[in-house]
Amino acid sequence: MLFRTMTAMALVLGATTAQAEGPELVINGEIPITTRAPAPEHMEYVREVMSGWEFRSPETQAFEADDFENPGMIFAEDGRTAFSQPLGDTDQSCASCHESPETLAGARAVYPKWDPEREEVQTIEMQINECITERAGAEAWGYTSQPMTNMSALLASVSRGMPVNVAIDGPAHDTWLQGKEIYYTRYGQLELSCANCHEDNYGNMIRADHLSQGQINGFPTYRLKNAKLNSVHDRFKGCVRDTRAETFSPGSPEFIALELYVASRGNGLSVEGPAVRN
Amino acid sequence: LVLAPISAPAAPAPSDVVYDEYGSVAESLTGAAGDPVKGADVMANRGLGNCVACHLVSDLDEVPFHGEVGPALDGVADRWTEADLRGIVANAKMVFPGTIMPAFYKNEGYTRPGDAFTGNAADGPLDPLLTAEQVEDVVAYLMTLKE
Ligand code: HEC
Ligand code: HEC
Ligand code: HEC
Repeated sequence: MLFRTMTAMALVLGATTAQAEGPELVINGEIPITTRAPAPEHMEYVREVMSGWEFRSPETQAFEADDFENPGMIFAEDGRTAFSQPLGDTDQSCASCHESPETLAGARAVYPKWDPEREEVQTIEMQINECITERAGAEAWGYTSQPMTNMSALLASVSRGMPVNVAIDGPAHDTWLQGKEIYYTRYGQLELSCANCHEDNYGNMIRADHLSQGQINGFPTYRLKNAKLNSVHDRFKGCVRDTRAETFSPGSPEFIALELYVASRGNGLSVEGPAVRN
Repeated sequence: LVLAPISAPAAPAPSDVVYDEYGSVAESLTGAAGDPVKGADVMANRGLGNCVACHLVSDLDEVPFHGEVGPALDGVADRWTEADLRGIVANAKMVFPGTIMPAFYKNEGYTRPGDAFTGNAADGPLDPLLTAEQVEDVVAYLMTLKE
């Protein structure tokens, strides 16, 4: 009883302090990260958007302040090695066409993005596979495979600090609307939507978990719980599964649409991946 | 000569439960009183009601991590009748339209129902989240929460 009263008080106090000033994330002492921003205009029920970082314990938060402490950066470094290695049995690598990962800085912030040639919204994983298959002529990487997630961590890392800014108008608008519908649909036998947990209840505890806004600006995320790098669609899959629903598959049209919509809810937050979460 | 039935009458199918206009259910789903000790276990158990995921129950203090998505259930029997509580547990949406609280005695009308927490499609008709007996056990336990 005493224990819980104290926990409850700590939570209340924690919430108040976070509201008042809020801790600040600066990576390596040089990349300031916007972890709170005014909500984008399209959001009706939320006034301020917050990175998942805001909801984690000070110990977990600290991992992200220094690349030598951030286990996710080990995977980004693996991605950097792969960047200049031949793709499949071709003689091409990412570096043959993109001088360095840094030349792709800014890409992460605007994906998912409409591809006018394919006439579809593409996630960064789809763009990477387009380069691998159509440009280099090698075999596609699995959507949530290790090489893919490492490469997406690398591309996120070179965009850190840039504001997420995905386009939701023009040709991408229909896909965005589809994603929005999925976000508010109550799936599974527990009849829960993303919004039930991440819009109506962020800041609340659901059993041992402190609910965040379910933002994806920090992806891919290194989770201390499973000690690996987790892709956006893997996280979506886990959340849908937890409603006792039949999930969608990583790379499916539904998750692509949902990713565009969820990304747009974070417009204005900084790209933060690879972030560290519990 | 007609012999009295030996077994208890079968519980109504979820779709046959009678809710009044406020969402209360007057009749016990099993025709008998529930067991509050078992009810407490259903409330705490992750694989059963997992009610503490969303609710604080001070009486279940030995169970770690109570959530704060729903109101604390301390003193809930002072606020609601047994029939109300049965309705809330069986299908809270009848009492609080649009509530996040799942319906525990319902087994159809879902979007993409899964096979428990596997992420796969449900394999045939679903059982309700709790049996009629477990619902009654939970109601019996909630009725002990007086201040
Ligand atoms: C044979 C050439 C070639 C190879 C190999 C190649 N790319 Fe590309 N990539 C391109 C071209 C061309 C574009 C389109 C440029 C543009 O945006 O107009 C592009 C675009 C991209 C973009 C989108 C940039 C943006 O701003 O929208 C990303 C991200 C990307 N490539 C990553 C990779 C990665 C990672 C690899 C290796 C796994 C790779 N590419 C291999 C040619 C290549
Ligand atoms: C039953 C509650 C629940 C539902 C429903 C739910 N989630 Fe989550 N989600 C969680 C919990 C708990 C976590 C881990 C703590 C946190 O970051 O909120 C989480 C984490 C996340 C994260 C990681 C955030 C980060 O910064 O690492 C994303 C993204 C996410 N959810 C998206 C979704 C989407 C999209 C949906 C709907 C398809 C959804 N969630 C549905 C409970 C839920
Ligand atoms: C996912 C969250 C969630 C779960 C799980 C949950 N509830 Fe609830 N419950 C709520 C919310 C939220 C309310 C408040 C009603 C509303 O306005 O939506 C509520 C209301 C109630 C009330 C009325 C409380 C009052 O004081 O007015 C009772 C009783 C109750 N729940 C019992 C239970 C029991 C018993 C279980 C498990 C068998 C359970 N709940 C599981 C979220 C939940």
